[in-house]
Amino acid sequence: MTGKRSRFLLTMLCFGMAFLYIPIILMMIYSFNYSKLVPVWGGFSTRWYTTLFQSEEVWAATSLSLKIAVMNATFAVMLGTLAGLALARIHRFRGRTLFTGMISAPLVMPEVITGLSLLLLFITLNQMIGWPASRGITTITIAHITFSMAYVAIIIQSRLAGTGQDLEEAALDLGAKPFRVLWDITLPQLAPGMVAGWLLSFTLSLDDLVIASFVTGPGATTLPMLIYSRIRLGLRPDINALATIIILVVTIGVLLAGWIMLRQQKQLANRQ
Amino acid sequence: MAESTAAVNSGMLSRLGNWLQARWQSIITAIPLFWLLLFFLAPFFIVLKISVAESLIASPPFSSLFEWGEGLLPSVSVTAENYSYLWEDDLYVRTYLSSLKIASISTLLCLLVGYPIAYAISRADGAMRYILLFLVILPFWTSFLLRVYAWMGLLADQGTFNNLLMWLGVIEKPIRLLYTQFAVYVGIVYSYLPFMILPLYANMEKLDNSMQEAAADLGARPAAGFFTVTLPLTAPGILAGCLLVFIPATGEFVIPDLLGGGNVLMIGRVLYGEFNSNHDWPVASAVAIALLIVLVLPMMLYHRVQARNAEQNT
Repeated sequence: MTGKRSRFLLTMLCFGMAFLYIPIILMMIYSFNYSKLVPVWGGFSTRWYTTLFQSEEVWAATSLSLKIAVMNATFAVMLGTLAGLALARIHRFRGRTLFTGMISAPLVMPEVITGLSLLLLFITLNQMIGWPASRGITTITIAHITFSMAYVAIIIQSRLAGTGQDLEEAALDLGAKPFRVLWDITLPQLAPGMVAGWLLSFTLSLDDLVIASFVTGPGATTLPMLIYSRIRLGLRPDINALATIIILVVTIGVLLAGWIMLRQQKQLANRQ
Repeated sequence: MAESTAAVNSGMLSRLGNWLQARWQSIITAIPLFWLLLFFLAPFFIVLKISVAESLIASPPFSSLFEWGEGLLPSVSVTAENYSYLWEDDLYVRTYLSSLKIASISTLLCLLVGYPIAYAISRADGAMRYILLFLVILPFWTSFLLRVYAWMGLLADQGTFNNLLMWLGVIEKPIRLLYTQFAVYVGIVYSYLPFMILPLYANMEKLDNSMQEAAADLGARPAAGFFTVTLPLTAPGILAGCLLVFIPATGEFVIPDLLGGGNVLMIGRVLYGEFNSNHDWPVASAVAIALLIVLVLPMMLYHRVQARNAEQNT
């Protein structure tokens, strides 16, 4: 009986992995298609990669997206770490219920609502205090920080929940001031969580189309916005090439980050 | 003179330092709280405000809510017109219902596909478990937009599926797959599957086998054991996973737009269009508020599930 069950599970697993990966792999294969019609195979070629690298639009959008992603990740880690600390270590403060609500809501909030509401905020602020004077890189970054910090806060909170407070309490008992404890004891423990949070915020920002489309202004086209404007009307071989590059870079990045974190954990385990 | 200024300065600095030390908790909380109040909560009130404004052909295209008249009190002009417009126009009501239907069915499909996968991963041993988990998470890190695009290539009239079916001789002419409801279902299940598998896995990982074994020892058939023991024990994971799929799927824009074309009614797409093509901001705001009202219950439920899970971890 168990044999039957595990065979069923194995089948589902294989089916699931095929479901997840076959579309991506096919998309990558067709990026090497000579034919302009994506699904019709016309022989091997790297011409779409050449087209891609020669496109100034693509370079401009990529560099804008990377700038936003780096700024977003950096600020999101700072704000998210503070928020995670507050959630995990300070059990009573005014507005805690509201605070936890505002941390968990961005994770499920439909993007169209977040995008629309932030755009209307920026317009209202502009009318009231003249800031932001124009929309673009700053407004997109602010919008991204707002949802990314929620993800960071949850990573940090769950990490803090897993580690005891013994060290912190011992340091406080020995007369260390709270900021010193935070800097010397809590933050080093949180470092892997902060790295994970930074990477997640970075990719969330690179990935966002809907919110950026709402809060952007003239002239600021991010990479997802460029991709979207091209694929709206159908398949485009150059986008297959772009997708292949993005997916390979992300995969290598994730593997590398995972490997480094695993090694650090092993080193820590060896030391103890 | 200079020395005494320095002394005063350092005195002030150390006092400032003490003040900071004493209030570190408030400082840590205040900064992210302030950010969220300004950029997350305040915007909703603005959306609410604009949803009861009248639309104008101007920039910005809506009437202001407060007019400072001759008296001390501002006169408030509020209109429920945008909401009654939503209610009376059959299209909007149908779109909301259609979004809820598509999101519910996709959530169920995600659960049916994701549950056995999560279970298999949680029962895999050692390194294999981490490899499988990594394989589930990896697509989540790569671009959402590009993963939806990948399905356009599979489902197009001359796409891989149609080519395969014609080659196999199942069909003679390409069948319409792209720009149908079917494509939207596939797109949602595909894109949101990791969000279903991960909370399920987190829940199943903590289960120990002894309960299931006890049930089996006591003579329960595998099916009975599953429905009376395993399923109830994994209910928190099921709830979390379903909410993580259902709530964002209801307001989804990219998938219905790229895979459904104009043939599938979903509210996220209507909102985007109302805003970007029709420039009717008050109606777009009313659409957003109505969507929030529809989703507020599942969101509160999700919040409670999250809070309970966080408590259990501490």
